[in-house]
Order: sequence, then structure tokens, then C-alpha cells
Amino acid sequence: MTEMGDAGRMGQVTLAGDAVLRFAPHVRFRFDEVRQAWVVLAPERLLLPDEQAVEILQLVDGNRDVDNVVKELAGRYDAPREVIAGDVVAMLKDLVDKKVLRR
Amino acid sequence: MIAIEPPLALLAELTHRCPLRCPYCSNPLELAGASLELDTAAWKRVFSEAAGLGVLQVHFSGGEPLVRRDLVELVRHATEVGLYGNLITSGIRLDADRLRALVEAGLEHVQLSLQDSEVTSGDRIAGLAGAQETKRRVAGLVREAGLPLTVNAVVHRQNLERLDEIIELAVTLGADRLEVAHVQYYGWALPNRDALLSSRDQLETATAAIEAARARLAGVMTIDYVLPDYHAHRPKACMGGWGRRFINVTPAGKALPCHAAETLPEIHFPSVTEASLSEIWYRSPAFQRFRGTAWMPEPCRSCDRREIDWGGCRCQAFALTGDSGRTDPVCALSPDHDLLAAAARDAEAASADFVYRQHSTTSRGLRELVSASDPVR
Repeated sequence: MTEMGDAGRMGQVTLAGDAVLRFAPHVRFRFDEVRQAWVVLAPERLLLPDEQAVEILQLVDGNRDVDNVVKELAGRYDAPREVIAGDVVAMLKDLVDKKVLRR
Repeated sequence: MIAIEPPLALLAELTHRCPLRCPYCSNPLELAGASLELDTAAWKRVFSEAAGLGVLQVHFSGGEPLVRRDLVELVRHATEVGLYGNLITSGIRLDADRLRALVEAGLEHVQLSLQDSEVTSGDRIAGLAGAQETKRRVAGLVREAGLPLTVNAVVHRQNLERLDEIIELAVTLGADRLEVAHVQYYGWALPNRDALLSSRDQLETATAAIEAARARLAGVMTIDYVLPDYHAHRPKACMGGWGRRFINVTPAGKALPCHAAETLPEIHFPSVTEASLSEIWYRSPAFQRFRGTAWMPEPCRSCDRREIDWGGCRCQAFALTGDSGRTDPVCALSPDHDLLAAAARDAEAASADFVYRQHSTTSRGLRELVSASDPVR
């Protein structure tokens, strides 16, 4: 994911497998017709997710927990869950730290 | 040749009018009076054109954008054309009714300025009695309205010693984000540099305080930190590069690659009243002038960071060397780098007196002349 503007940083928040995530209020995940790409608009932040990140974010719906997001993606790619889990949890945790996503 | 990408954000400087008089204001020394401001229809057209061009976020700024009576109407239009709206404000003149109307119009976020943690100093820097107390009230209103709140604290020699208190105040105000930005020396800050420039010791103490607060406040409040150019060795990628991500429209309608670009004397900046934003972005000589890398002198031209920092800041190069085409003196590889150390030395010996931002005496004189000759008055 490319972040325009602010530098990311390490957070201390942990993210459990049964955490159900949703977009924080006033964060918009939408398709931009001009760029023909998905964008995340947030206070003072603008994220341009790559294809993989878009797939993950489309599963963040306020119903699925993190384990189920991983399970869904592991099924799609026919890949071991623990391989998928590392990338997915790292990305989601980073977005929780940045207050783009919340529990 | 690098392909020109559409801009990401529009900084809409709706007005230069402002109840505050901060001595580091980024507005130009020649402030535009109300009569020169774009009208409601013109701003709406700018927002429509911006959205069509690919702009995603609009920052309603100024001056104080709340001074514009049509602000709610402008925010509503920006929302309707798909822009994500952010209000950059001092908070003065914001009440619950106006904020509710702004939220209903689609405003997504408020960035509230904070001049200091301490009331007397905060009011002094803002140049307005009671300014500090307003911050507390307005932060509460923003939280009650359910909007995300960023507190923006500009720091310098006269408030850096209270950085820990400023951070704590931002937490108390309920900020989701705190931006701590060292003064950048453009606009009004440049003539006030001697009174504001921090020392390297102050900077190191501040940076350590930021790191400690980030660890302490993880999950509570994020802190963005803008380092001061004058103690750096590598320049910032100013605005992400000239004409790469941002477009700025001044109160009178000039389109600029950054809010300070009008200080560059040899460039004609186009007006949104004469050309569309798309024409300006893709075709105007002003936006092409320092775009990409072809304009660069050495040591930038052969530098492996040329597409990281894009040669640094053109306005800073001009302000310090008189030549906007030189390498930003912030870079340790610049032949002009020692100018920064000299400025820091000068500032250490200087007093804390500064000049407040104000409309020039010439234009005030003209206004008086006009009203005195107006028979109705």
C-alpha cells in the first residue's frame, strides 16, 4: 500500500483473530473513476491500496472477524492460512494504529 | 519524461481574512482584501473542475475559512462532486449551529490550530485575547459533532519548552491526531525568523519528547511530526514535488503548486478565472517549470535521491539564495548549505520580538480613501 504524505510508525496495539474490524467514521473506501483505482480517504491521509490490499479491505465489512478474513483469502488463493495471516494481520494492525480501521 | 499524474489534493485558500495574527502565517506578505476574493460561483466551479481532474481531498483553508459566509454552501458543493472535505481553522467564530450545518453539508474532518499550551503565550502568539480559550470550546464542539479532530501545533523557539504540555493539552482536547510542525520559513515567518528559529539543542529535546509521547500514546492519539528544515541535512520533498500532487488556489484565484509559490518573482501563475484547472495542471508553463528532474542543476541532477526529494523546496532556494533554480540549501550537498547554520547563529542572539501578520498599510490606506469619498457613508 502506498501512503501519500505521512510516514507510518510502529504501534503497540495488538490485533486478535476474533477482532471484527470496520472502517472508522469519516474514512471513505471508494473507487476513483479518474484513476480507475480504489482509494482510502481519511483525515490527513490518503491511501492508494494495491490489488492485494484492496482484496483485504473489501473483506473488512464490520461482520467478519480477522480469522475469517484470513480464511476467505486462504481459500481464494489455495494457500496455507499461516502464510496469508502474517501479511493480512500486519496490514490490518497498521491501519488500526492509524485509526483508518477500528474495532 | 515522467508522466504527469493527476493531483491528489486541493488547498483552497478561501480568504486571507483572519481574526488571528500569527507571526508565522504561511500567507503572503501582500494579503488579498475581501473585494479580491473569488465569489461563490467561481469556487464551486473550481471544486467541480478539481474533482474532474482527479483531486480526492479538499482542504478549506485561508486565512480563516469560517470568515466566508458561503462556507457551508461551498462545503456542500465539494461534497456533491465527490471531494473529501477538511476544514483548517483557528476555531474563532465556530459555534454549534454552524458546525452542525457544516457536518450536514458533508464536512469530514477538522484541523484546529493551537498556538501554545499556556493561555497568555497562546493569546500573544495568536495576537488575539481569548483565542486560547476558544480552542477548548471548539475542540469540544467538534467531538460532540462526531467529527475526527486533528490539532495542529506550530512550534518554535517561544513555545518548544512546553511541548510536553502541548501534547497533553491535545489529548485533553480529545484529538485523534496531533500534528507538531516546526515553523517553515516562508510568508510571515521569514521576516520573523530571528524571533522563532529554534536551536539544535531545543530540536533534539523536542524530537525525544515526540518519540516518548508516541510510545506512551499509541492507540490514543497519533502524532505527526514535521522536522525543521534549518537543522536538516536532506531537503523535504516539498509538496511531494512541484506539480506532482497538490494544487493550491489563492483567495484571488491564482493556481499555485504550493502556497508559497507566489514569492517566486519570475513565474506567471495562471488564474482559475482564465483557464480550467485541467489546462493549468497539464499545460501551464508555471506548473511545468520545476516539474520532474529536467530543470535540476548539479548536485541534484546526478543525485540518486532526485526522485525522492525532487530537489527540495523552490521557495526556500529562492528565499535563501535569490535563485529559485538552485538546490535547496537544506541539502548538505548544496554549495549554500552554510547559510542555514548562519541563520541559526543569528537567531540565537536575537530578541523574542516579532511582527504580527497584518494587511499592508498601503491597502488599508486605500480602503479608507474609498470609504471617505463614498457619499452614502
